[in-house]
Amino acid sequence: MSKNRIQLMLCGGTGCHSTGSKKFEKALQQELEAKGLAEEIKIVETGCNGFCAVGPVMLVQPEGIFYQKLKVEDVPYLVEEHFLKGRPVKKFFFVEQKNKATIPHMNDIPFFSNQVYRAMRNKGVIDPEVIDEYIAREGYFGAAKALNEMTPEQVVEQIKISQLRGRGGAGFPTGMKWAFAAASPGEEKYVLCNADEGDPGAFMDRSILESDPHAVLEGMIIAARAINARQGYIYCRTEYQLAIRRLDIAIRQAKEYGLLGENILGSGFSFNIDIYQGAGAFVCGEETALMRSIEGKRGMPRPRPPFPAHKGLWDKPTILNNVETLANIPQIIIKGGAWYASIGTEKSKGTKVFALSGDVNNIGLVEVPMGLPIRKLIYDIGGGIPGGKKFKAVQLGGPSGGCIPEHKLDTPIDYEEITKVGAIMGSGGAIVMDENTCMVDMARFFMDFIQDESCGKCTPCREGTRRMLELLEKICHGEGQDGDIQSLEALAEVIGQSALCGLGQTAANPVLSTLRFFREEYETHIKEKVCPAKRCVALLKFEVNPEMCKKCGLCFKACPSEAIAWKKKEVAVIDKSKCVKCMSCFDKCKFDAIF
Amino acid sequence: MSILTRPSHPDITDAMWDKIDEIIDANKDIAGSVIGVLRMSQDAVGYLPVELIDYIAEGMNLPASQVYGVATFYALFSLKPKGRNIIKACTGTACYVKGIKEILSHITNKHGIKEGETTADRRFSLEGVRCLGACGLAPVMIVSENIHGNLKPDEVVGILENYK
Amino acid sequence: MNKPNIIVINGQEYLFTPGETILTVARRNNVDIPTLCHMKNATPTGACRMCVVEVQGARSLMAACTVPAGPNMVVRTESELIAKARRMIIELMLTSGNHEDCLVCPATGDCRLQELAYKYQIKAGRFPKTKSRYDLEAVNPFIIRNFSKCLACGRCVQACNEVQVNTAIDFGYRGARTKIITKGDRTLKDSDCVFCGECIQVCPVGALIPKDAYKKARICDTKSVRSTCTYCGVGCQVNLHVKNNEVQHITGRGDAAPNFGSLCVKGRFGFDFIAAKERLKTPLIKENGAFREASWDEAIGLVAERLSAIKAKHGADSLGVLTSARISNEENYVVQKFARAVLKTNNVDHCARL
Repeated sequence: MSKNRIQLMLCGGTGCHSTGSKKFEKALQQELEAKGLAEEIKIVETGCNGFCAVGPVMLVQPEGIFYQKLKVEDVPYLVEEHFLKGRPVKKFFFVEQKNKATIPHMNDIPFFSNQVYRAMRNKGVIDPEVIDEYIAREGYFGAAKALNEMTPEQVVEQIKISQLRGRGGAGFPTGMKWAFAAASPGEEKYVLCNADEGDPGAFMDRSILESDPHAVLEGMIIAARAINARQGYIYCRTEYQLAIRRLDIAIRQAKEYGLLGENILGSGFSFNIDIYQGAGAFVCGEETALMRSIEGKRGMPRPRPPFPAHKGLWDKPTILNNVETLANIPQIIIKGGAWYASIGTEKSKGTKVFALSGDVNNIGLVEVPMGLPIRKLIYDIGGGIPGGKKFKAVQLGGPSGGCIPEHKLDTPIDYEEITKVGAIMGSGGAIVMDENTCMVDMARFFMDFIQDESCGKCTPCREGTRRMLELLEKICHGEGQDGDIQSLEALAEVIGQSALCGLGQTAANPVLSTLRFFREEYETHIKEKVCPAKRCVALLKFEVNPEMCKKCGLCFKACPSEAIAWKKKEVAVIDKSKCVKCMSCFDKCKFDAIF
Repeated sequence: MSILTRPSHPDITDAMWDKIDEIIDANKDIAGSVIGVLRMSQDAVGYLPVELIDYIAEGMNLPASQVYGVATFYALFSLKPKGRNIIKACTGTACYVKGIKEILSHITNKHGIKEGETTADRRFSLEGVRCLGACGLAPVMIVSENIHGNLKPDEVVGILENYK
Repeated sequence: MNKPNIIVINGQEYLFTPGETILTVARRNNVDIPTLCHMKNATPTGACRMCVVEVQGARSLMAACTVPAGPNMVVRTESELIAKARRMIIELMLTSGNHEDCLVCPATGDCRLQELAYKYQIKAGRFPKTKSRYDLEAVNPFIIRNFSKCLACGRCVQACNEVQVNTAIDFGYRGARTKIITKGDRTLKDSDCVFCGECIQVCPVGALIPKDAYKKARICDTKSVRSTCTYCGVGCQVNLHVKNNEVQHITGRGDAAPNFGSLCVKGRFGFDFIAAKERLKTPLIKENGAFREASWDEAIGLVAERLSAIKAKHGADSLGVLTSARISNEENYVVQKFARAVLKTNNVDHCARL
């Protein structure tokens, strides 16, 4: 691809952007030029590398050295040591939290070495704004094969063989969805890409779009071929400006190369893709609501049937696939469905991308084979819980999902198995929570989210979630009563059974799941008016336990409102009249002395 | 160009009206484009005054009630003027777990605004936004397009001092 | 693949035509499924969820009003689970605003929610009553909007957009803040509303009521008399709701042509004249500057005499005839005939040209 001696794959994902990768890039380029290295060393701004926690990150190729937490002021030293003298700089290596070992090569870092890349095969390896780099890695080979060597039926057949299931969360078999739409009569059909990633704590789709936009376009072209569609839309959150920009560039380049537009690759097949920006409504991740939104209306779901495969956008047959699903398609066509189905469990094949975040050491984006126990995801790849705290639960599936506690951590990553423990695979958000997380408060958080994002159309969701939120707030405020848990359960059952759309039907899951595994925490809140995790402000006294106080003064320094009196070697005292209950002292106290 | 009568509005200049007419003209024949038109118009004016929504409806040949319904459905659209500096505090799960609540309460204590409110001097608007997808930096806030990650409650007031 | 179009409801087989919903088939066969938001002649929305039923093989309950009947579909319309869901939905509606003042609500007796609460014997109480986010709107002519009673069922929106096609109202905001809004969320009087009152007629509760409802008898206390609207030649079929020989309300008759339930502002609200004291009940003849009552024979005789005299003295074209939209086409035809054949003038016109 180039005559450069070294390529520096600098992550240009949103996470690294915000930790200063742009400034670092500029400084590095200047330094390389100053040292006369600009000819032989090239900086490539890649999409999201995945390891957001330690950004900005950079991979030195072909050596495979991985640098983390880079700063502008380190540039001269780095260039001098590594690129002139050839001595990789240990200071910027990754440090394993467990044993403090430094690991120079990316492929040796457990975060990376335990992953299997399929949907994210190009992340951090190519410049997402250059189509040639994508093509160099078998890019558009799948589309070419599907258009010129395969019939639409054969394309659908391969997807069926791959047993690929929708990665947006529900896990509906993709091949079956395509087959329905392909069989639907009609000249006008649509292929939609759902990039309205809305689950709090999920950023898989954004990263894929930022690092490998062409893979999604190619997936859409193949889908269009399979159902014979002429037009596609990518419905993307407007907040994802970098992703939108890269998609825009990718679409333009694909058109220039004859990979989109009229008569693609001389096959006689024509297909166009437009980007449609969402406007901030979580419910638009629901397929019928998303279609209403593209039609320029309020994103309110409509009843199914009719299913979109028969009557979708503008009442025409439509398929909607999630970003990750589509990114898997080109490889399936190139290597065959059987190749894809070669890893995974009986009913869940291939890989799944997770956005690992919360109280876990290695925050970032990971792709793992189906069947991997969740424990490995959190401890081997995620590096465990920081600060010596205890693991409490991992939340999968966002507002439609649930919490998986310690004793269920060996559950494999598999649609059915995860559902059995009361969560859902979801789109890939995996939020790890340590012992300081209050599960009632967590349930309240998700209900608050759902209540805010409910479209308001059907009674159970609009009024029912409001009631559930009220009850949860009551409990968190120390006003819980006997019978509240039963009311929550009764509401949850009816909402789950009778709400109109998938969002409503799953709205109560976070409550049901926490009730299942952490019922005693609810009961403690209600009966003893105590929040064991010390998160519910109304249940805290804001007093210092003199027996546990080590008189260190950290709370005194942290207090923004001068409500804490402390002198050396004396127990701190909180003046409640000045206290604004901001919780800063709780966070700072290492000895659990404030209650 | 459009032949609609422009209502007079203190926050919309003639140049803005020209821009809005341009946006409407470019989109009025494209089915489903009204959400994009509202977004671009909001970018031009800063927010969506009711008069502007009516104007867009007329220009797009859509019922004004429907367009108002759309504008109030999506969180992106604001019908009220905003502050010079918009604080977007991420209220996604990761940020919640990592304490965005405390960050928000510090801002509220200092500047007297809750989520969705704007200070009287229009210096700050405080918004709780959906997951920004920067969970690696949790808790996160964006102030006037600058991302501030790994926030500590005691630092947040100091960070905001840089925005006048 | 020629499956017979048979659906099983509560163990009984019924024939259906493809495209029919479960609700349609059930109703035709006298199987009762309670509904609230469902409205004839409008697209089913499945919003209120009252009509949920069990469909064998489905993951959750399904709304009978939206699910098309399918071959060999097995449906149950009553079960413990269904009752639980319906009861909870009613309870949620009852506590979703101010639904406790039935004693003073104009809609009492003509309220779907009241009927359902009675049928399922639901009392509010488990949940606190939520205050309405939006104030009562009483500034409009003809219509009061009481948001504290609105269930956001969407019937008014459909009536306005799909039936009358006035597009004056729509859903606004979202979630629990949902409100039926006009353009710019203004009052009805400052919107595109033409006060046809279609929305009042379809409102299942007391959220939309006629402006003078509190001064009139409730519909449930009146006797319904079928009549034809007198305002124009269309001949809309109406129900006069009468008490003490006075019309209290007028509603459209849903089952009859030409209007199938719809009315205009005049037909629905303009009936004060019926009981007005100033209303003329006999012809009046002016003599010496004052009117006196006369018989029809006398009055018509006088008119004929005067018309003949004017025509004889000034010619036929000195006369002209102006007819009214309040009479039928046939009557208008006769008037025109009278002008041309009897009076011998072409000076004929009609008020609708104004």
